[in-house]
Amino acid sequence: MKSVLPILMRKEITQFRRNKVLPRLAMMIPIMLVLIMPLVTQMDIKNISVVVLDEDRSLLSSRIENHLANSDYFRMQESAYDYSQAVELMDQGRVDLIVSIPAHFERDMLGGYGRPISLTANAVNATKGGQGIQYASQTIISAVTEIAAETGLEAANFQSSDIRIQNRYNPTGNYRHFMLPALMIMVVLLVCTFLPLLNIMTEKEHGTIEQINVTPVSRWEFILAKLIPYWILALVMIGLAMLLAWAVYGLVPAGNPLNIFLGAFLFSLCMSGFSVIIANISNTMQQAIFVLFFFVIQFMLLSGLFTPISSMPAWAQWLTYAFPPRYVINIFRSVYLKGTLFTELWFDYTMLFVLAAAFYTLATFTYKKQK
Amino acid sequence: MTPIISVRDLTKQFGSFTAVDHISFDVYRGEIFGFLGANGAGKTTAMRMLCGLSFPTAGAGTVVGYDVRTQSELIKSHIGYMSQRFSLYEDLTVAENMALYGGIYGMKTRDIQVRVNELLDKLHFADHKDDLVGSLPLGWKQKLAFMVATIHRPELVFLDEPTGGVDPITRRQFWDLIRATAKEGTTIFVTTHYMDEAEYCDRITMMVDGTIRALDKPTTLRQQLADQLGCTYDVMTMEQVFYHLARQAKLQ
Repeated sequence: MKSVLPILMRKEITQFRRNKVLPRLAMMIPIMLVLIMPLVTQMDIKNISVVVLDEDRSLLSSRIENHLANSDYFRMQESAYDYSQAVELMDQGRVDLIVSIPAHFERDMLGGYGRPISLTANAVNATKGGQGIQYASQTIISAVTEIAAETGLEAANFQSSDIRIQNRYNPTGNYRHFMLPALMIMVVLLVCTFLPLLNIMTEKEHGTIEQINVTPVSRWEFILAKLIPYWILALVMIGLAMLLAWAVYGLVPAGNPLNIFLGAFLFSLCMSGFSVIIANISNTMQQAIFVLFFFVIQFMLLSGLFTPISSMPAWAQWLTYAFPPRYVINIFRSVYLKGTLFTELWFDYTMLFVLAAAFYTLATFTYKKQK
Repeated sequence: MTPIISVRDLTKQFGSFTAVDHISFDVYRGEIFGFLGANGAGKTTAMRMLCGLSFPTAGAGTVVGYDVRTQSELIKSHIGYMSQRFSLYEDLTVAENMALYGGIYGMKTRDIQVRVNELLDKLHFADHKDDLVGSLPLGWKQKLAFMVATIHRPELVFLDEPTGGVDPITRRQFWDLIRATAKEGTTIFVTTHYMDEAEYCDRITMMVDGTIRALDKPTTLRQQLADQLGCTYDVMTMEQVFYHLARQAKLQ
């Protein structure tokens, strides 16, 4: 008897094409992820509201003020008379950072004595506060160095603390280049989990799966016929996302694109296997979707997409090894930004393969044609 | 004559509840065999065991010559099945649904074409070949589901309450289809709780509380009750036979 796989796959593709929402939405995902998400997941802090308390009123202090005002990072706020009024503005949430320059700052600085500038940050948003202080220090340093060079005098203390920041692999320090490869993974995460799950649960709820269960079709032919089109769809969408990233941001993989596709394919296997398990153990659509959401959120938070895995607590770092996204995100970022070779990423590829095998074993045990 | 279905002491338990309790019967080739009973009497569970959807807790049985316990996948390629719920793909067309199941049962593409046209002619439905199944009225869907269940010319077709929610005229047409199919030599195993439909069957069983309370020709069952109650056969309907037997049920 000939294989029924092509017959079943044709049915799946016809059904997918006839759906009024899914094909369009599926094409929207890579466009959304590449065009919009990098902008809104930007972690570079901008528009820090700053107020300058200038008791020095010197060339140097006004230069510092100019530098802050000209920076993208800062937005100058209305001035305050004194520190307590500035703090009041901060209490109201109108100011993120107070730069207070003491009297005789310029004289002491250029005369060779250090004199501290006080920086007060609103640390409710710790990242914004921390970055604000860092940016402000850099701005002040550059203003002082500039004046020192112009006047030919030597600025005290500052040259030694002049910080040089070098961004390796991502020379412009562009956050987008860091986020884009990882965001592409979301395409696979969405297409290979939700679509198979919805598909299988619809057949369960409509009773069509029961009709199939009374035929000689084996459970794996039935499931594979559903998954193969989604694997292909996921790879096509990854390709589309890569093209968009190149066209819009000029971002191309530093390494071999085939390594990216291999990672994406193994990840598709993992995620679709996982969703088959959930579909097998769920009785209703609500239950299935809720369970899947529960896991997808853990997958995203523990993937290293938003926060570096190395700064997670040790137990959470261990947990990330059990979830597929960390490996594929590492593959995507490494190949895209560093041009890492296949052989250097063997651990990530192996782990994806092992997890896929584990998921399919579990899926086999949970699928029953006969109750 | 060898039976196409032969069942001995077939039992299905769900926890402490016994849905089907030691039933034994034979079904012969070419018969229309009716399985009657109230809701919850165990008809569907019994049928699901015969189709290989449900594994029996105890007992033995053969369907089309294969063991229900160990050869359920072999049974599946020789039978047709139409479930209680409508279960064709609503987003596929009439012809696509038929071709899909033809392919699933391993028919050749050319044979499928011929068979689809033959079945559609039988239904006088050739004009609607390319309509989406979801757009058809329920009566048509049920007739279509029956045709799909017989696409591969199975020896035996299981029909689980095929006429539920269908209007009387369509039900009549549906039974004409069933009888025409039986005439071609296909055995029909049908569950129903419409007592008038019982009259179309060659033999019927009455299930009450998971057991078989009566099994015979509809006319014989009516005669038996008439004799028992001391009235004439003509006034006795299947409905009364059902009431009489079902009254003994624990669940009612």
